[in-house]
Amino acid sequence: MSAGARVDPRAEQVLEYGYQLVVGLEVHVELDTATKLFSASANRFGDDPNTNIDPVTLGLPGALPVLNRHAVELAMRIGAALDCTIQPSTFHRKNYFYPDMPKAYQISQYDQPINIDGHLDLPGGKRIGIERAHLEEDTGKSTHVGGSGGRIHGSDHSLIDFNRAGVPLVEIVSRPDLRTADEARQYVNELRAILVAIGASDAKMEEGSMRCDANVSVHQPGTPLGTRCEIKNVNSVRSLGRAIDYEARRQVDLLASGGIVRQETRHWDETDGRTHTLRTKEDADDYRYFLEPDLVPIVPSAEWIQAVRDALPMLPAARRARLSEASGSPAYSEAVMAAIDRGQDAYVLAVGHLGGDIGRALVHVKEAYAEQGPSPTVPAQDLALLTTLEVDGKLTATQAKAVLAEIVAAGGGDAAAIAAAKGFEAMDNSALESVVDQAIAADPEAWVKFCAGEGKAMGALVGAVMKATGGKADGKVVTAVLNQRRAAQP
Amino acid sequence: MTAVPTSAAAIAAGVRSGSLKAVDVVEAHLARIADREGEIHAFNVVLADRARAGAAAVDAMVAAGGDPGPLAGVPIALKDNMCTRGIPTTCSSKILDGWKPPYDATVVTKLAAAGAIAIGKTNLDEFAMGSSTENSAFGPTRNPHDTSRVPGGSSGGSAAAVAAGFAPVGIGSDTGGSIRQPAALCGVVGAKPTYGYVSRYGLIAFASSLDQIGPFTTTVHDSALLLDVIGGHDPMDSTSIPVAHAPLTGVLDRGVKGLRIGRITDLPAGADPDVTERLEAAFDALREAGARIIDVQVPAFSYGLTAYYLIAPAEASSNLARFDGVRFGLRVDALDTNTMYSATRAAGFGDEVKRRIMLGTYALSAGYYDAYYGRALKVRKLIHDDFARAYQDADVLLTPTSASVAFPFGSKGDNPLAMYLCDVYTIPSNLAGHPGMSVPFGTGADGLPVGVQVLAGTLDEATMFRVGAALERCAPAVTSAVALHGSAS
Repeated sequence: MSAGARVDPRAEQVLEYGYQLVVGLEVHVELDTATKLFSASANRFGDDPNTNIDPVTLGLPGALPVLNRHAVELAMRIGAALDCTIQPSTFHRKNYFYPDMPKAYQISQYDQPINIDGHLDLPGGKRIGIERAHLEEDTGKSTHVGGSGGRIHGSDHSLIDFNRAGVPLVEIVSRPDLRTADEARQYVNELRAILVAIGASDAKMEEGSMRCDANVSVHQPGTPLGTRCEIKNVNSVRSLGRAIDYEARRQVDLLASGGIVRQETRHWDETDGRTHTLRTKEDADDYRYFLEPDLVPIVPSAEWIQAVRDALPMLPAARRARLSEASGSPAYSEAVMAAIDRGQDAYVLAVGHLGGDIGRALVHVKEAYAEQGPSPTVPAQDLALLTTLEVDGKLTATQAKAVLAEIVAAGGGDAAAIAAAKGFEAMDNSALESVVDQAIAADPEAWVKFCAGEGKAMGALVGAVMKATGGKADGKVVTAVLNQRRAAQP
Repeated sequence: MTAVPTSAAAIAAGVRSGSLKAVDVVEAHLARIADREGEIHAFNVVLADRARAGAAAVDAMVAAGGDPGPLAGVPIALKDNMCTRGIPTTCSSKILDGWKPPYDATVVTKLAAAGAIAIGKTNLDEFAMGSSTENSAFGPTRNPHDTSRVPGGSSGGSAAAVAAGFAPVGIGSDTGGSIRQPAALCGVVGAKPTYGYVSRYGLIAFASSLDQIGPFTTTVHDSALLLDVIGGHDPMDSTSIPVAHAPLTGVLDRGVKGLRIGRITDLPAGADPDVTERLEAAFDALREAGARIIDVQVPAFSYGLTAYYLIAPAEASSNLARFDGVRFGLRVDALDTNTMYSATRAAGFGDEVKRRIMLGTYALSAGYYDAYYGRALKVRKLIHDDFARAYQDADVLLTPTSASVAFPFGSKGDNPLAMYLCDVYTIPSNLAGHPGMSVPFGTGADGLPVGVQVLAGTLDEATMFRVGAALERCAPAVTSAVALHGSAS
């Protein structure tokens, strides 16, 4: 392919009638702290309702917030990972009434967020601007009982769980740099991988520890950006793509038929696959922001910021590149993605360092290590031996898989011995064989008796091998080698 | 029964030495309460049984050879906007009906740890919004010197309790003068320390950036003693100042020789002759004691009131939003949440509170923020800067505390602006975050007490108390309200 014919990575998908999609994302992530943003109550998902509460969480009269230092550190880590400027910051009050909002205001960073002006690179290399990544507290959770669809409208009564109230959040706001639903999906996946890698959040959309709102607009290229709608209630990466595609089509259809797009917040309905008006700009709340007088500014020292930057682990993109180069597998192959996602890339590379084959290790890890964490129970040495047998042609891929299944089940094991025990041919036990040969040479009497068919003599030889290997040799394999030697007698 | 001394220091000394029983101290004060509380209405609740039990525990500790602390056996009248575990805390508002806090305010914890005994929770203008205690949902408190007059406010209950001898110490909160003005009107000492000197944890907020807790006492020494106990950093209050404060009781005898006392030449006019005459006498007395009187200007002082009535209501509108009927206090049931909010707040809040919530909401609203709240913040900065310049030339400033002596009930009730003017001399130090105290300095023509206000720069409580102590030493003797009306004991 000539240079001129290459696909421009910035090429932007054009919608019907020549419209261009423009998307910006606001992603909320719950920080993985032990306690809440402003109180000592536990930050834990799934506990019984209203057990992780205290006067601050409930907004009781007289209670005051005290900032969680670890939450600040995690926010700074996110800023560092997204290459943001980390700056002195303040908190404001965002005032509005809602039953699960205990103080009737949310403490949030407003005009001086802790992180500004960063970026995130999509897998294809496209750079998406990050406007800000700021700290704020989560609300409680309302459950609307009766009525339809769990919405407050038409419900009989509501139950409130304040366990989530005050959980630390970082809201990461992208610039409107995304041009397709697929880019939006890639952005969220990449952001998720980064957040998990740096230990800031478990970032699970299904548990709500990562939530995503999409600002969607369409315009004719070369003209000013169109009026945007904010899409809420998107609960998975797949839904995000569907919601953006639906909303883009809705806006294009509206404009193409001579209508105008109103600025509004819209609710994605997973079941009917549409977005619905939640509120228009006219009836939006006036949040009456003002500086939170109960807190003081966060002014992290230059040393603290540097320490956070220095302690940042290698990020997924670099880890993918490293693993891709070492394994020969493409950076966005399923195997590489799985290893990065599970944090098993260092393990795969260790297999290589121990003389194993990284390409084969990558495949095995993807298929057999789904239940394993970043530190698999199987010693890297064991997988290294397995892959060596495989590339040396002593085990077929199918045999290797069967052997690995046993190794994984046992939390480790000698691939050669297991293969031998399974009777897999073409196995190489050169090290063990030489020990056996030494045992034969050291006890010719036993050897002669063994060849004559005396069972006791075999026990003596096996015992000698066991002694020489410190009991590490598999008795079955030793027996197999002895039988081989006897059969090879002229 | 041994004669019970009037000062907290003397009571604590007697109780710690075993020469005085805390139970006798408490009984003597409960007797005075029984005698005059019906007429004064200083308290929302008198904690007689708890106080007796607390006093017995203090006596037992002393008998066992222990030391209950620097306030051993001292009865304390707590303003009813400070949380007390298991004891109703009302802010003199119907909206907190039935609420018992599950925790103690830090100041309450510190007082108890020092051996003090809470004898009651005192009346206030609802949510501390007012200058006469007439805005209480439970009826006004009366001035022990003249029960046809207000005690001042908003901490009128605590001031009256100390003036009436119901307790040697009252604790109040001061957002725009709510300790100093009632102290002046009731003839007691009232101190508001630097913002952040005393923890606000458990103080139900009116205006968070202005609220500060302080003591009412009969002597300047007791005032210093109380601040030494309740002051200091609290990890539960991010705005409490993380420095150790040197004991103020140690500076009181240092005199004022060589100190520069500032007279603000551009002070807002309008103080009654009763008050201005006493202020002049105070200047004379300090000059006599070796201080230098110098003229200073604080041009932004006059704008304090206007800025305050935007900033304080703005913060209040947010602070009081949590009283929504969802989690505690009053709830007026309705068919949907928004109607429940409205019905609850309409029934639970009094007129002045509603007025300030409206004012503050408006000041913060889109389109008005810059003209009102934003501009008020600029004035606040100006006041801070003007004070800073004045404190380069003067060590402390001396002003009236209140423009008048205690006024009759109803005389300003229909006119919020006239009431707001009560705080014209006290508000600027709240906006600057500076300390201020009111010290009784004689009486006006009607024999009613007049207070003189001492203002100092940030964390310069020591100099303020030196001057306060000097004023106390040369103040004319005034017949106390307790002596005036006799005592049950």
